[in-house]
Amino acid sequence: MSVAEFPRLPVPLIDPPVIAPGHSPASVTDKISSVVFGKMPLWFYIAMAIAFGGAMMLLTALTKLVFTGIGIWGNNNPVGWGFDIINFVWWIGIGHAGTLISAILLLLRQEWRTSINRFAEAMTLFAVACALLFPLFHTGRPWLAVYWLLPYPNTMTIWPNFRSPLIWDVFAVSTYGSVSLVFWFIGLVPDLASFRDRTKKLWQKKIYGALAMGWRGSARHWHNYESAYLLLAGLSTPLVLSVHSVVSFDFASGQVPGWHATIFPPYFVAGAVFAGFAMVLTLMIPLRKAFGLEDFITMKHMDNMGKVMLVTGLIVGYGYLVEIFTAWYSGNIYEWYMIRNRIFGPYKFIWMSLILCNILAIQPLWFRKTRKSIAALWIISMFVNFGMWFERFVIIPTSLHRDFLPASWGMYYPTRWDFATFFGTIGLFMALMFLFVRVFPAIAMFEMKGLTPDAKVKEPAHG
Amino acid sequence: MTTPTATPAHGLHGVMAEYPTAQHLLDAAEKAHAAGFRAMDAYTPFPVEAISEVICDHHKSKVPLICLTGGVMGALAGFALEYWTSAIAYPLNIGGKPYNSWPAFIPVLFECTILFAAFSAAIGMFMLNGLPEPYHPVFNVERFREKASRDGYFLCIEALDQKFDLSDTRAFLLSTGALEVNDVEL
Repeated sequence: MSVAEFPRLPVPLIDPPVIAPGHSPASVTDKISSVVFGKMPLWFYIAMAIAFGGAMMLLTALTKLVFTGIGIWGNNNPVGWGFDIINFVWWIGIGHAGTLISAILLLLRQEWRTSINRFAEAMTLFAVACALLFPLFHTGRPWLAVYWLLPYPNTMTIWPNFRSPLIWDVFAVSTYGSVSLVFWFIGLVPDLASFRDRTKKLWQKKIYGALAMGWRGSARHWHNYESAYLLLAGLSTPLVLSVHSVVSFDFASGQVPGWHATIFPPYFVAGAVFAGFAMVLTLMIPLRKAFGLEDFITMKHMDNMGKVMLVTGLIVGYGYLVEIFTAWYSGNIYEWYMIRNRIFGPYKFIWMSLILCNILAIQPLWFRKTRKSIAALWIISMFVNFGMWFERFVIIPTSLHRDFLPASWGMYYPTRWDFATFFGTIGLFMALMFLFVRVFPAIAMFEMKGLTPDAKVKEPAHG
Repeated sequence: MTTPTATPAHGLHGVMAEYPTAQHLLDAAEKAHAAGFRAMDAYTPFPVEAISEVICDHHKSKVPLICLTGGVMGALAGFALEYWTSAIAYPLNIGGKPYNSWPAFIPVLFECTILFAAFSAAIGMFMLNGLPEPYHPVFNVERFREKASRDGYFLCIEALDQKFDLSDTRAFLLSTGALEVNDVEL
């Protein structure tokens, strides 16, 4: 019995479906595989070339840095943490939407997550990779960083200080990267097996076959697989909440005015999800259009992502208010000066841009009409991408540049190498995303098949 | 689950039937289970919990236990590392804090727990499933190669089953509404 046999409903459905009607497991497989096995359009190669150019700029900037030293960056006393930490926190935050979609929404049985989780998980991995470059190269001698960052038996018999949030950060981010990779790979295995069986070329069969590890869809395997997948989701949920909390401890456990606040962990986590959903929308909207995936990434997804962005944006806005209130209510002159300096000081334009992008620009999302407009959603998501970057800037240099002693005040200006490194990571990220869409299924096929009407079975009476 | 009683003389892995939908496969698997077959496996392009329940004879997966063990070991390893480095190998007075500053050790302990638990679940799942497995007889069936990972629903009764008899089992599978029945060469 196919859906097409039913008469069309006289009124449009109020709630759009998570997968367009009329799809069967076969059509889902064919449509999603066609993105990889079909010919790529010309724009793909042009876009890939631009992104690859960005990645090469990153390589140049990092080579220059290694040969010269971190003096080519703008950070110096009193602002010791500049673009490197701003971009690190920004990228890590972007990654969080991937884990939220794949883990938390799975546990909450939100079926709509299925068509975007694979893509968002890939985004997580590449965002974490970009993020890790910054602290690694901030050390100046990344080939020695292993001694400084990891507990490692060495001839000097020294060890990291486990009371320091910086070592917590090393553990949190590396665990996050590794667990996200495992989660992503496990999700890919059945789809890689499907690609192994679809492809006509022997060399592709060999590569997909090796990666699929002989997966054959056995019921005994699915039994363990489903269990492991659910456990990974359960483990990733507290993990993702811990990662940005630990990142925020880097600041919150310091005593710099503007950092030393208990609101930081929840406020950072909400900001991360906010930034991540914005990035998912920014990438998903063109992708869906370009590969004709409107049947799988429906208006329901757009609507829900708009709602999540609005909610997390409001939490972030609440965080800004609490920061201001706490600074005033504490009666601490340094805290209160820091807030006034943020709003009226030399970096006031960044603060104003932050409020514009993160608070004002998202307000139209209250209206269904906005969430139904692809163009509006894309524009708002771009505002949020910028806004979250401004937030990191406001938190880091504006707090550091004027602390307790006016004698040690200064200004922070990023250099062109800072910008080259930052834009370079965007190029690297985009290039990796393009490669991912080119060689792997960007939508989880086996999970989408599970949503088709064919997959529904009547539970046995004794079960 | 049955133990192999004798080496099959006909040199087959088993007999495989194909069904049009997941529902047909589930019904057939239940009939086969009721008929006393245990060494059998169903193949679906997506997980169907009810089918797994029948095929696995309602046994629970061992993955959660492996995951828990991994997590506990991760917690112990994480704390041992922190305690040993901070209190024994390299004791440093940091702001007058005790050498064993256990509250400050919680974040790393937590991350180690998650790391070990996640890798145990993942590796445990692959090991229980016997993957990676470069060769498996079911791929010798052409229909299986074409459809198993797309939209095919297969049930394979293995020659190791005590009740397996080539012609009887073929006839049994045909009686369960199979589209076609194929022998699976070893």
